[in-house]
Amino acid sequence: MYARLTSALALACLISGASLAAGSGITDPQIAHIAYTAGVIDIEAAKQALKISKDKDVIAFANDMLRDHEAVNKQALDLVKKLNVKPEDNDTSRALTKAATQEREKLAKLSGTDFDKAYVANEVAYHKQVNGALETLLIPSAKNAELKDLLETGLKLFQGHQQHAEHVAAMMK
Amino acid sequence: MISKLSLGALCGLVLILAGPPVRAETIRVTVEKLVFSPAEISAVVGDVIEWQNKDVMAHTATAKDGFDVVIPPGKTATLTVTRAGTFDYYCRFHPNMKARLQVR
Ligand SMILES: [Cu+2]
Repeated sequence: MYARLTSALALACLISGASLAAGSGITDPQIAHIAYTAGVIDIEAAKQALKISKDKDVIAFANDMLRDHEAVNKQALDLVKKLNVKPEDNDTSRALTKAATQEREKLAKLSGTDFDKAYVANEVAYHKQVNGALETLLIPSAKNAELKDLLETGLKLFQGHQQHAEHVAAMMK
Repeated sequence: MISKLSLGALCGLVLILAGPPVRAETIRVTVEKLVFSPAEISAVVGDVIEWQNKDVMAHTATAKDGFDVVIPPGKTATLTVTRAGTFDYYCRFHPNMKARLQVR
């Protein structure tokens, strides 16, 4: 639990640190890349859960995450194509990916209810973090109105997933 | 299924007793960007609620002890109202999506 909390904190610091470093200079191509990466990370986490978990509620939740994030990322790709924006890799995206890879490695060592609990707890923490980044950094910095609009819908989606994850976590207790 | 049948039977009965039944209304709710709109609707027993999902992800209209309707992305889904009451409903996939159905 402590390790999970510290890794969540570290990630929050990475996100805000990167945002400080970038100042308000974060660009739409970078924002698009971060939002897309955030979706990919949750898709990877869901795929891992589908491989390891035997719990029907956890599997249903993971399938929901997979379906929603694939649909929204497809929508995001369509939008950047339409806007002629090329998503650009950046420190925040790299930090997110690195932290997620470490989390998956940690989860890979678990099985049964240990895995289920850790996966769902991480889903709550992860969606919370992304919500924070969307609210304080990505949405306010986005310049293109359509990108901003997609991010706002993304925020509602991630908030919905966070509540859904909290519900699954409560049922497991 | 059972409720649909009994509704059918009820309509038949009304037809026999009172001539042509009052036509059921269809009440439309749009689901877009994870928002039900209008957020509050009222209906009478026999009316049909039709949700139109304009999002790329599936939603549900779910009321505890009431109904559970899955609304696929880009599609519509309907519910025939069978009993009176106030139904606070939400989306099972995104519980931050909330709305209310009042049935007289
Ligand atoms: Cu929903």
